[in-house]
Amino acid sequence: MFLKHTIRAVGAASVLMAGTAMAETITIATVNNGDMIRMQGLTDDFTKKTGIDVEWVTLEENVLRQRVTTDISTKGGAFDIMTIGMYETPIWGANGWLVPLDDLPESYDVEDILPAMRDGLSHDGTLYAAPFYGESSMLMYRTDLMEKAGLTMPEEPTWEFIREAARKMTDREHGINGICLRGKAGWGEGGAVITVVANSFGARWFDMDWNAQFDTPEWKEALTFFVDMMNESGPEGYATNGFNENLSLFQQGKCGMWMDATVAASFVTNPKDSTVADKVGFAMAPHKEGVSKKANWLWAWALAIPAGTQKEDAAKKFIEWATSKDYLALVASKEGWANVPPGTRKSLYENPEYGNIPFAQMTLKSILAADPKHCCEKPVPYTGIQFVAIPEFAGIATEVSQEFSAVYAGQQSVDEALAKAQALTNDAMEAAGYR
Amino acid sequence: MARAVKTRRKALNTALAWAVGVLIFFPILWVVVLSFKTEGDAIKTPLEVLTAPWTVESYGVVQERSDYVKHFFNSVVISVGSTLLGLLVAVPAAWSMAFVPSKRTKDILMWMLSTKMLPAVGVLYPIYLLFIQLGLLDTRLGLVVVLMLINLPIIVWMLYTYFREIPGEILEAARMDGAGLREEILYVLTPMAVPGMASTVLLNVILAWNEAFWTLNLTAAKAGPLTAFIASYSSPEGLFYAKLSAASTMAIAPILILGWFSQKQLVRGLTFGAVK
Repeated sequence: MFLKHTIRAVGAASVLMAGTAMAETITIATVNNGDMIRMQGLTDDFTKKTGIDVEWVTLEENVLRQRVTTDISTKGGAFDIMTIGMYETPIWGANGWLVPLDDLPESYDVEDILPAMRDGLSHDGTLYAAPFYGESSMLMYRTDLMEKAGLTMPEEPTWEFIREAARKMTDREHGINGICLRGKAGWGEGGAVITVVANSFGARWFDMDWNAQFDTPEWKEALTFFVDMMNESGPEGYATNGFNENLSLFQQGKCGMWMDATVAASFVTNPKDSTVADKVGFAMAPHKEGVSKKANWLWAWALAIPAGTQKEDAAKKFIEWATSKDYLALVASKEGWANVPPGTRKSLYENPEYGNIPFAQMTLKSILAADPKHCCEKPVPYTGIQFVAIPEFAGIATEVSQEFSAVYAGQQSVDEALAKAQALTNDAMEAAGYR
Repeated sequence: MARAVKTRRKALNTALAWAVGVLIFFPILWVVVLSFKTEGDAIKTPLEVLTAPWTVESYGVVQERSDYVKHFFNSVVISVGSTLLGLLVAVPAAWSMAFVPSKRTKDILMWMLSTKMLPAVGVLYPIYLLFIQLGLLDTRLGLVVVLMLINLPIIVWMLYTYFREIPGEILEAARMDGAGLREEILYVLTPMAVPGMASTVLLNVILAWNEAFWTLNLTAAKAGPLTAFIASYSSPEGLFYAKLSAASTMAIAPILILGWFSQKQLVRGLTFGAVK
């Protein structure tokens, strides 16, 4: 009798335990932006297909960066999937902190991912993170103000043309600034913009021996041009404007032109939030006459698996689901093609329904113009366009962008800022053993 | 004449106090206003914001997207837990320093306070590694302990100040009547220090409720309090001010209400001594 009860109890416990084991849960750290939030809303589809539950930790970009860096460098294991960018991926991949994504099934069609994205998320040819959405930079402009100024925007404008157009569009009395650009300190804010502007003037961060290049004529010309143009036609206090501040200005009709992330296109053309939604045109990021590199950057928010997670298989399944062609179709069926995460797959741009969206082709063209392996006119020893994919860059570039922001605020001259940038960069690179 | 001058001065003081109060409270008020606007209206000029239609749309979205109750519960457990645990340690410590001081008491107090001067990020990695080893990552218990340790110097300092104002003779009399240490602290000292202890508790609950560095860095999906709830609505790439404001309003509302109802005790405890 006792034996019978024991066997029954053990049997029942086994069934219960099996049930518990089946309901696996993965924890994902991610950023708060429209596409990621949409993905959270569609997670039920994944759970239904695989039986795997998902817990989300959504954080502001900078908090997330600090949070996941702490966890992965200490092997904390708090997350099974991390949302990381193009800057972190090659560095963490090289450190052995990420699970290589080299065994994705054929149905996933890894070749369909845009080559620039694949390159930017790989180290030594191995993919370490799957892009969830990708972006470059492009020029957004007010078609009505261009017309009023008697100008026609070329598809590939030069900086000289942009400066002239900005001057003509500026109407201080009505609060219209010819051009809005980021000036806010921070490597991912104003630092990214001035770096791509400098690239499009023929400048670079480092030569092949890792010597800083801020003492070159190209950097001086780029920074001087930027400051002069913004003083002529930019908004007041642009030294503290980042993406959100410029988005707000543009949506309220206070900017003639704005060069920024391609994802902004969907915001400025959304009639719910933008007062100029039906008056926006798109062009390639500008370049200096005679320079082949345009002010295009390249960025992707991507999903990666930290090495050492106990739930690697489940995490891989999620990444396959969230970055697949089927996911794009799922979003389109629920929320329309305009809300599909852009910039990752070739097939999306071959889809005629997606191609009809006004900014789709310009987004693709901008992404294709960006080559993370060859950012600049002159050769460089690094990967990355608006950043240099080395661990020291975030700290150095934040300091450099602070010096530049001080120029925008009128607190120091271009020459002073460049001299300080040159010195602090070389010092930091020497301390890190590059020089 | 003198009375008129006095009345005028009083009115002026009152007006000044209100002006300072409104100035300090204005950012919170503006957050509350924005939370009742659409995202499109929230970025407009202040006058346009005020005249735009009111809506609870953002609250609906926040409610749908996040588990407010879970974060709220975590906040309550962490802030109250860390404060109570802090009291358990701080009451005996403050008692000994106030009533049986040694040559080094002042130095110890200063040393305790000096730990507050260390930037938190400086000890992030050691504490994170300890948490991994002890299995405390993303647990309420871990946060209770960490926040207790962080706020302990303030609790000890506050209690020490209150205890110092209690005449030692009263405790001496209790001892002469045969009270042991336990009775002395529980039945003589504590009742007299209640106003001070109440304000210490309230202040520390508020400090723990608002703490955002450790609560963000040591949690993931399970133990995140309301600070993590707010952080999930902040974004440098996208204007979500109305939703962020709604989340912030929901996060600060409980502590604001608590502060409102306990302001008398809080002010009295902070401005007066224990037995005055």
